[in-house]
Amino acid sequence: MTSPLPGGVDCDLHPAVPHLTSLLPYMNDYWRDQVTTRGMTDLVSQSYPTNSPISARPDWRPTQGKPGSQLADMQTQALDRFGVTYGICNPLYGVQMVFSEDMQDAFCRALNDWLAREWLDKDGRLRGSIVIPTQSVEKSVAEIERCAKDKRFVQVLMLVMGDMPLGKRAYWPIYAAAERLGLTVGVHAGSAYHNPPTSVGWGSYHIEDYVAQATAFQNQLTSLIVEGVFARHPNLKMVMLESGFTWLPAYLWRLHKFWRGIRMETPWVDRAPLEIVRSNIRFSLQPVDAPPDPATLNRLFDHMQSDELLLFSTDYPHWQFDGDEVLPEGISPDLVRKIMIDNPLKTYGRLEFAKETTP
Amino acid sequence: MNVQFRPEPSTSATIKTAIADCDIHPARATKDELYPFMAKRWHSHLETYGIQAYHGMMEGPPYPKAQPNASRRDAWPPEGGPQGSSLSFMQKQLLDPYNVALGVLNPLASGQGLRNQDFAGALCVAINDWQIEKWTSKEKRLKASMVVPTEDGVAAAAEIRKRAGDPNFVQVLLLSRNVEPLGQRRYWPIYEAAQEIGLPVGIHAFGFGGNPLTPSGWPSFYIEEMVGHAQCQQTVLASLVLEGVFERFPKLKMVMIEAGFGWAPSLAWRLDKSFEKLHSEVPHLKRNPSEYIRDHIWWTTQPMEDPERRDHLFQTIDWIGWDKLLFATDYPHWDFDEPSRVLPPGVSDANREAFYLGNAKKLYGIS
Repeated sequence: MTSPLPGGVDCDLHPAVPHLTSLLPYMNDYWRDQVTTRGMTDLVSQSYPTNSPISARPDWRPTQGKPGSQLADMQTQALDRFGVTYGICNPLYGVQMVFSEDMQDAFCRALNDWLAREWLDKDGRLRGSIVIPTQSVEKSVAEIERCAKDKRFVQVLMLVMGDMPLGKRAYWPIYAAAERLGLTVGVHAGSAYHNPPTSVGWGSYHIEDYVAQATAFQNQLTSLIVEGVFARHPNLKMVMLESGFTWLPAYLWRLHKFWRGIRMETPWVDRAPLEIVRSNIRFSLQPVDAPPDPATLNRLFDHMQSDELLLFSTDYPHWQFDGDEVLPEGISPDLVRKIMIDNPLKTYGRLEFAKETTP
Repeated sequence: MNVQFRPEPSTSATIKTAIADCDIHPARATKDELYPFMAKRWHSHLETYGIQAYHGMMEGPPYPKAQPNASRRDAWPPEGGPQGSSLSFMQKQLLDPYNVALGVLNPLASGQGLRNQDFAGALCVAINDWQIEKWTSKEKRLKASMVVPTEDGVAAAAEIRKRAGDPNFVQVLLLSRNVEPLGQRRYWPIYEAAQEIGLPVGIHAFGFGGNPLTPSGWPSFYIEEMVGHAQCQQTVLASLVLEGVFERFPKLKMVMIEAGFGWAPSLAWRLDKSFEKLHSEVPHLKRNPSEYIRDHIWWTTQPMEDPERRDHLFQTIDWIGWDKLLFATDYPHWDFDEPSRVLPPGVSDANREAFYLGNAKKLYGIS
C-alpha cells in the first residue's frame, strides 16, 4: 500500500445536508414559507441515490441519516484518518435541479451559509466551495461576491451536466469573478437533469449515468478550451472533481488532432489544448479508473506527461476505495508529495491566504 | 456558394502490401440517382417535404463542416458530382494507388435519422439496392453495408433478413446518435436479425436523434461535434454492454467506426470499477463489462489518435488487442488517414498485417 503523507489537502469531501428543512434557518421568511406551505420534500439527486453503494463506503455509512451528514464522522473517517491540513467541502445537495432561478438562488444562498455555520465554523481544517444558481449568471456572480468575503471559501462549484456547455460565453462573468477573487472553479460529477444525462438520450440505469459522468467531463473540457475561456482568463484554474482522469491522455490526443485540423474555426484559441490543460486544468485523484496493477497505472501517468495535474481526494463518503488505500499502488514518493501537498496548494491560492488571515 | 477551389487530384505513391479500407463513404452524383430504386410516391414526397431529420436544417448539417461535404479538396471527381460519387475516380484516387483489396462502403446520407419512418425505410432499401447497382456489382473489391431504419426495429429486421446470404453485404450499419442509446430494447430486433444472418453490426459516429450533443446541451462548434463523437460512442457502447445486448445475443459482433479507439481502455476500466459496486442493479450481466467489450467489439482506426509520443499509442493498442483493429481511411473526407503513414516502423509484421488487412478479412468473411 502507498501510505498517505501527513499534511495533505483533501480536495473532495461531501458534507450532506440532512434534509431541506435543515436549510430553513438560512432562508428568509418568504422562502421558508414557500418550502413549508408547498410541502417541498428533500432534494436528493439521481446522481447519488442515498442508498446506492457508490454514495457511501459500507463502513462510512451511519446507522441513521445520510452518509456524510455528521461532522464527527468526517473527522474520524477522513480528516484525522488521512492526516490532512485542509479539506475542501463540495456539497452535492440537489439545488441545481430546481427550475426556478429565484428558488435556486435562495437555496444556494442557504446552502452556502449552512456550510459556513455548520461545518467551516466547527473545524478549522475545512474550506468551502460556493454553490451557485447557474441558471442566472447575474445571481451567480452576486453569490460568488457575497461568499468570497469569507476567505474560507476557496472555490466556485458547478456540476458537469448543466443547462449549457460550460465554455459558453454567457457563463464568462462567473469565470471573471472567480479569477478576480482568486477562486478556482470546481466542476463536479452530477447532473442538473435539465438535459438527458447522456449525449444519446436517457439510459436505463444508475450505473449508466455514473459511467457517463466521465464523458460529460470530456465534453466540458472541449467546450471550455475551444470557446476560449483560458485565452480570456489565463490565470483561471479549473478543477475536475470526481471526474476520473485515466481518460485524459487519449481524449487529448483526439482533441489535439482535430484542433490542428480545424483551428481556423476557433482562432482565438491561442495555445495547444495540451498546454491549456497543463496550465489551467486539474483533476481530483478519486476515482482511479484503472486496473490495480502499478505497471498499468504508471504507464498511464507517463501518458499524462505531467505530475502536476492530480490533486489528492478521498471523495468522502463516496465509495471509491477500501481501507486506507486512497493512493494507488506503486506511485513514487515524489508523486505522492505532489498529489497530496504541492499541487493542491498551487491550485487553491486561497488555502494559504486563509491561513495567514484567520487566527 | 461552395468553395470553388479544386486542385489537381493527388494520388500517393503506390503501396505494395494490400490493405482493407473499412470506412469509405459513397455519395450520389445527382439528387435523383436513387429514384429508380424508390416508389414514385417517395419521389414527390422528397421534392415536396424534403429530408426531415431530428434537427431543424432542411439543407446542410447543423454544424457547418470545415470544407464542402467534409471532404478532401482534391476529391471532386473530374466528371462532376460531389466527392465520393464516382466509382472510376475512387478507383484511381483510392483503390488502385493504396492497393485496397477490400473496401467497405458506409453510406451516411441514408434514411437513418429521419423522423418519417416509412420514408426512412424506403430510402434505406433504395440505398441498399443502389450500392449493389452502382458500386459492388461493378467493383469486386468493394463491399456494401446494409442500412436500415434504426428507429423502426421491426422494419429494420425485415430488411436485414431479406438480404440474408447476399454476398454484396458484409455488415449492417447504424449511426451512433439515435432517439435512444443503442442498447435500448427497441433496437434489439436489429441485433437479433444481424446475429441470425451472421453479419457484424457497424456503428458509425454521427447522426442526429433529437438529443443535445452533450449532457449539458448543444455546443457551439463543429470541432466540438467532431471531438464529441468519441463521447457519444462511449455512451453507446456503455449502453450496449449494460443493457445486456451481448448476453442476449452472444454471437453478435460489433464495429465501432470513426469514433477513435484510444478511449476504449479507460471506458472499460471505468465500467468494471463501477460494476464492482453496482452489479446488483444489472444482474443480467454475467461477466465484467470489459470482457464483453474484448470479445464483441472491433474498432476502425481512423481518425487515429495522435499522441506526442507514438509509443503511447502502441501501448494503448496493446491494451485493446492488435486483433481488434480495422484500418480505415474515411475516404473522401478531409480527415483522411494516409495508409503509409499511420504505422511507423517498430510494429511486428504479424501485427502490421492484421491491422491493415487480416482482421478485416476475418471479421467480414472475405477469403
